[in-house]
Amino acid sequence: MGVLLEHLPELWQGLIVTLQLTAASFAGAAVLGVLVCALRVSPVRVLRALGTAYVETLQNLPLLVLLVLVFFGLPEIGIKADPLVTAIVVIAVYEAAYIGEALRSGVNSVSKGQGEAARAIGLTFGQSLRHVVLPQALRTVVQPIGNIFIATTMNTALAGAVSVVDLTASAQRVNLVEAQPIPIFVGAGIAYGLIAAAAGFVTGRLERRLVILR
Amino acid sequence: MSTVLFDEPGPKARRRIRVATVLGTLAALALAALAVRQFAANGQLDAARWQPYATWPMWRYLLDGLWSTFLAAVVAAALSMAFGLLLALGRVSPRAWVRGPAATYVEVVRTIPALLLVYVVLFALPRYGLDLPLFWKLVVPLTVSNAAAYAEIFRAGINSIERGQTEAGLAVGLTRLQTMRLIVLPQAARRVLPSLVSQSVGLLKDTSLGFVVSYGELLYSGKVLAAYNGLLIQTYLVVALIYLVVNMSLSKLARTLEARQPAGSVTLRRRTARA
Repeated sequence: MGVLLEHLPELWQGLIVTLQLTAASFAGAAVLGVLVCALRVSPVRVLRALGTAYVETLQNLPLLVLLVLVFFGLPEIGIKADPLVTAIVVIAVYEAAYIGEALRSGVNSVSKGQGEAARAIGLTFGQSLRHVVLPQALRTVVQPIGNIFIATTMNTALAGAVSVVDLTASAQRVNLVEAQPIPIFVGAGIAYGLIAAAAGFVTGRLERRLVILR
Repeated sequence: MSTVLFDEPGPKARRRIRVATVLGTLAALALAALAVRQFAANGQLDAARWQPYATWPMWRYLLDGLWSTFLAAVVAAALSMAFGLLLALGRVSPRAWVRGPAATYVEVVRTIPALLLVYVVLFALPRYGLDLPLFWKLVVPLTVSNAAAYAEIFRAGINSIERGQTEAGLAVGLTRLQTMRLIVLPQAARRVLPSLVSQSVGLLKDTSLGFVVSYGELLYSGKVLAAYNGLLIQTYLVVALIYLVVNMSLSKLARTLEARQPAGSVTLRRRTARA
């Protein structure tokens, strides 16, 4: 325990970086994910193909490969970027594929009759989307999106493997100095667990309030 | 095509779709052109920098790495499926003292990054006298984390089998274990097969953590190769391409298996967002 308290500043700093990575990349992934979903459900075949290519590529590529490629590749093509920002962008781009798919499954879970009824009573495309389809779609994806948030938290640890000092990396650094792995790694594990538990609690509450029984 | 979002397009909508097609194509081409320009401006498209990847020795080296990836993935998948099945059986057990620990394991492990587990095996265990060979330094943490994921898949499968099946088994005088083994599990296994395959894609992706433990799988082989020939972008792009081809084939297999499931059967929610 003592060793944890002694290195609290470093570990705390690592936790802050992990939280920054998680929050920023999840926000980015949400925006990008909506876009990906829009591409995949659009009536334009070219856009659908682009969306599919995006999802297929990113879901079948290990995140670490993407991180390594971008971290070592960018300087080679003459782009200098801050490591934290690079990590945020890469993780956002990666998780966007999963969020896009979750949203799409939400849209697809709304029965066709709902959309047809909306159009039949004369709602425009925007209106039927806003008043009929989206409210139902979003409610069914609370849980999956919550899972993606937790996975994003865990995935930010990989940024530690490419020079960003997040919670996992700082735990490992403290351990290199102190050689007391058990308290340090258990402490880091508990921090991750707490983030996940908080996310699970929020999505659980949201889902109970929003769930539609079909 | 008709979805919940729109009807069969009329003449006006068809015109709009044509416009969007042209604009979308142009935007995609512009993006690609921008990337190519950036690569070319920095000399990354020179033939000399790609030539080596047209030669067999490079490919043989990377394919050796791919073989090590497979080896780690197959062993980790087999172990974590077995362990996951035990955990799932534990979670549906009628005895609380079995259910509790199994549930705790799954819930706790599901929130810990695989990389942290790798560091534990890499740095913590040796201090307590357990210095595993390189292969197991990768496989053990992957097994620990993926067992929880497989357990959830198996549990979902077991829960999706109608109660009447178990009741019928018990009614004809089978024990609980026999009912599980002879009646419930064979049916559950068929239902979760697609999910098992797509989880295995996730596991194969996780083996890239060999990068950290210096186990010679595909990504680590790329690292070594790039350090040797200095062709960073080219090497990592080729590595990425190999991962894509392998994982896309596996994902396609998962979809094929899913399509072959009997109509009306429960489709399990796929696990999302793996590293």
